[in-house]
Amino acid sequence: MAQITPGQAYGFFTDTSVCIGCKACEVACKTWNELPANEPVFGDGYDNTGRLDAQNWRHVQFIDNVPDKSLGTGQGKAWLMMSDVCKHCQHASCMDVCPTGAIIRTEFDSVYIQPDVCNGCRNCIAACPYDVISQDEDKGVAQKCTLCYDRLQGGMEPACAKACPTESIQFGPVEELQRAARQRVTDLHEQGVPEARLYGDDSSIYGGLNAFFLLMDEPEAYHLPNKENAVRPGRNNAGGYLGALGTAVLAVLGGLIALRRRREPAAETPSGADTTSPPSPETEAGED
Amino acid sequence: MLLADEAQHFVRAPDWTWYILFYFFLAGLSGGSYVIATLFRLRGGRSDEPAARLGYYVAFLALLLCPILLTLDLGKPLRFWHMMWNTTPGDAGLTLKYWSPMSVGVWALVVFGAFATVSFVEALVRDQKIRLPLARRAVRLLDGTLGKVVITVGAVFGLFIAGYTGVLLAVSNQPVWSDTWALGGLFLASGLSGSAALLLFLLRYRPEAEASADTLIISERLYALLELALIVVFVLTLIPAGALGIAFGFPWILLWLVAFAGLAPGIGGLLTARLAVTGEGVAVPVHSGSVATSVATSRPKSVATSVAIPGLVLLGVLALRAAVIFSIQ
Ligand code: SF4
Repeated sequence: MAQITPGQAYGFFTDTSVCIGCKACEVACKTWNELPANEPVFGDGYDNTGRLDAQNWRHVQFIDNVPDKSLGTGQGKAWLMMSDVCKHCQHASCMDVCPTGAIIRTEFDSVYIQPDVCNGCRNCIAACPYDVISQDEDKGVAQKCTLCYDRLQGGMEPACAKACPTESIQFGPVEELQRAARQRVTDLHEQGVPEARLYGDDSSIYGGLNAFFLLMDEPEAYHLPNKENAVRPGRNNAGGYLGALGTAVLAVLGGLIALRRRREPAAETPSGADTTSPPSPETEAGED
Repeated sequence: MLLADEAQHFVRAPDWTWYILFYFFLAGLSGGSYVIATLFRLRGGRSDEPAARLGYYVAFLALLLCPILLTLDLGKPLRFWHMMWNTTPGDAGLTLKYWSPMSVGVWALVVFGAFATVSFVEALVRDQKIRLPLARRAVRLLDGTLGKVVITVGAVFGLFIAGYTGVLLAVSNQPVWSDTWALGGLFLASGLSGSAALLLFLLRYRPEAEASADTLIISERLYALLELALIVVFVLTLIPAGALGIAFGFPWILLWLVAFAGLAPGIGGLLTARLAVTGEGVAVPVHSGSVATSVATSRPKSVATSVAIPGLVLLGVLALRAAVIFSIQ
């Protein structure tokens, strides 16, 4: 890995076609970032991490696609394994809604939650389309992958990429990674693996993901929104406010109608004049 | 749902629960009461002034709890002020992001809080609960155009406070919330109908405001109609997103039933009596304008109708928000 220079965009290229599900990335991440380990869970799969959250910043997804009749070996189809992580989106939904400015873009173009600025409102959790962030119970703030901000500042690559034995996780300048990834897809297609595809390498998904992927199936199979569904929370600002504005106009009109209805019959009857000046000492008091 | 273009959501719920529910509820009542009070003062007769002041009292008192609830909901309550002051090193300063409803809402709360406080103190002075000469002189400034401008601007912020909470939910990637544009209007309409019901109930304790009962009853009906219309829009917008089953599935349907029950008095009144107050099927026994003075002093009210029906409406307002907030979390 060449020198890491601030001002340049860095990210991950996670190539799921070579992931073996060893979870070295998870362990390295937890070790470096001093995140608590998980209780072992023995369910009906190899995944005892569950999902990304405040304590799990890398999560190897095990997606069981084992067919009923055998297909022959290889091709990475029966088990989809993917080391999931914060995508460090160019158009980051979490950053859009954050009211405190705690979520910033660093000099390495990564998306970083400053733990001393975050006040735990959890708006970013509602916004992130990838289920990446959650709130740390003890610290009371939102946490997620930092792209090993501290390591980058010290000129070291992130712990997960360093630990990955198959180079499924590659770290580097985003442009270089994109070039390598496109070459890799071409190679795979030539080798007869047509299902290989890139996700987030171009601007079609949230303006481009600095941490992008090579997938072996539809994005939805990995719980990733496809192009049509990769939408930003801000899309609902205009409609939401306009709906409220229309309602406000109608509501004020309704209030005026209610006031007029009440006064009309009162004005018709001669004694109706009484209603406009009840013997109310308070009303008088206001005028003096 | 079999629609092909269902929205996909792979998100985590933010765990906004009880504090937020009650904040949404009180924000609706506070903003709604301020708006109704302002309509009374600007467009009503002199006999509506006591009801207007009642509205300003409610607006202030309901608002008092709001910042407390919001602060308690934070993971780091002592950093509540980070909402207004960005503490990022090298980038410190006031912060307002117009594209983030939470950020806008915090500032709107501050501004509305100022207006609600002014109108609250003004009402106290006018009601002679505060007799300081200085306060009286200050309030005299509000007698003319300035007073009207103040309450009009305050009412605009009141409308915002009652409604933006729905927009805040929509500006996310959550199922249901982000699949519709109707939530802002829906919360506003229900906040207003709840406010009208609450003020109607509080007339028990302010007989001199009795003259405004008819207006409140009719307003409540119209706001209930508006709310019903927005629930229909809400449902229609959820269908293409395939999110109807999430919002209205069991057990949330029970909360929706409560919300509909809360609409029943208003819609029922509209169906039976349109915009007239006939005394049948209305929340509070009312008098026609011509006998106002004789009735206001003496007639005892039926507790069942003057407590139970506003109570039902308010419960509906709460249930509506609970259904929207909890169904996805
Ligand atoms: S993946 Fe989620 S947490 Fe990461 S930058 Fe994008 S929106 Fe933010």
